[in-house]
Amino acid sequence: MSFSIHELSPGQDIGSRTIEVTRTDLVKYAGASGDFNPIHWNEAFATGVELPGVIAHGMFTMGSAVQLVTDWAGDPAAVVDFQTRFTKPVLVTDTTGTPEPGATIEVSGIIGKLDAEANTARIDLTVIAAGQKVLMKAQALVKLA
Amino acid sequence: MTINPDLQGRSYPAAEVYDVGREKIREFARAVKATHAAHFDVEAAKSLGHGDLVAPPTFAIIIAQRADAQLIEDPEAGIDFSRVVHADQRFIHHRAIVAGDRLVAELHVDGVRAMGGGAMITTRSEIFALGHDDSRKHVTTTNSSILVRGEGQ
Repeated sequence: MSFSIHELSPGQDIGSRTIEVTRTDLVKYAGASGDFNPIHWNEAFATGVELPGVIAHGMFTMGSAVQLVTDWAGDPAAVVDFQTRFTKPVLVTDTTGTPEPGATIEVSGIIGKLDAEANTARIDLTVIAAGQKVLMKAQALVKLA
Repeated sequence: MTINPDLQGRSYPAAEVYDVGREKIREFARAVKATHAAHFDVEAAKSLGHGDLVAPPTFAIIIAQRADAQLIEDPEAGIDFSRVVHADQRFIHHRAIVAGDRLVAELHVDGVRAMGGGAMITTRSEIFALGHDDSRKHVTTTNSSILVRGEGQ
């Protein structure tokens, strides 16, 4: 699926996605990304550095949130710019051995701005965990067809 | 512990080459729960006009964080990694990263600012793909700010 700028308007909803996160997901992300900071997998270490517990990598949250945009755009290469601020940590509780997630991240997106000259759409993402916005200014620029 | 303010303006040249493999793209895509076919299926990527599997938009963090490690592990920098919190991140893709790319990253320390007992450090990685004749094509620019928390922060 790809869109022409004429089919789009600011404020338009591009959909939403729910991402369930477990401690295993954080270990997988650590391995895939090479970020082995123990605050993302070791409870004692995390609390020892004054965090409330094990937290997700900000880059896990950012990386999983953008899927909503790549699916909407129809091509991951259409995402030419993607930025965010990490405002709140996503606390992931230990639910090992149960089917329950340790955290749930809700992602939704709207068209924030259209640029006819550059032929791009700016997608503004809202990313919420435990009732709080965990990303701010999460914006992806999509090159349109 | 104090962060060395002289870090600002420092650059670390491109070090090792990062070879982008298909399985690494698939592994990273699974790790961020991405399901787009262009990350997994070469034919699907080619049908979109790409030469090979397309990396997810945040894949470049692997290369950027390797470059950042040069700074964080620099004893002159005075950074305690266990107190590092990621504050913001941006990826500007001049073109998509695809399997088969051979990438190098130049790291630039754009800002160091004291914050409470800690510091906010802003870095930029310029990522280039090496050509056959070792020519460089600019692929991605990443901007990153890390907060090094002081005691009690």
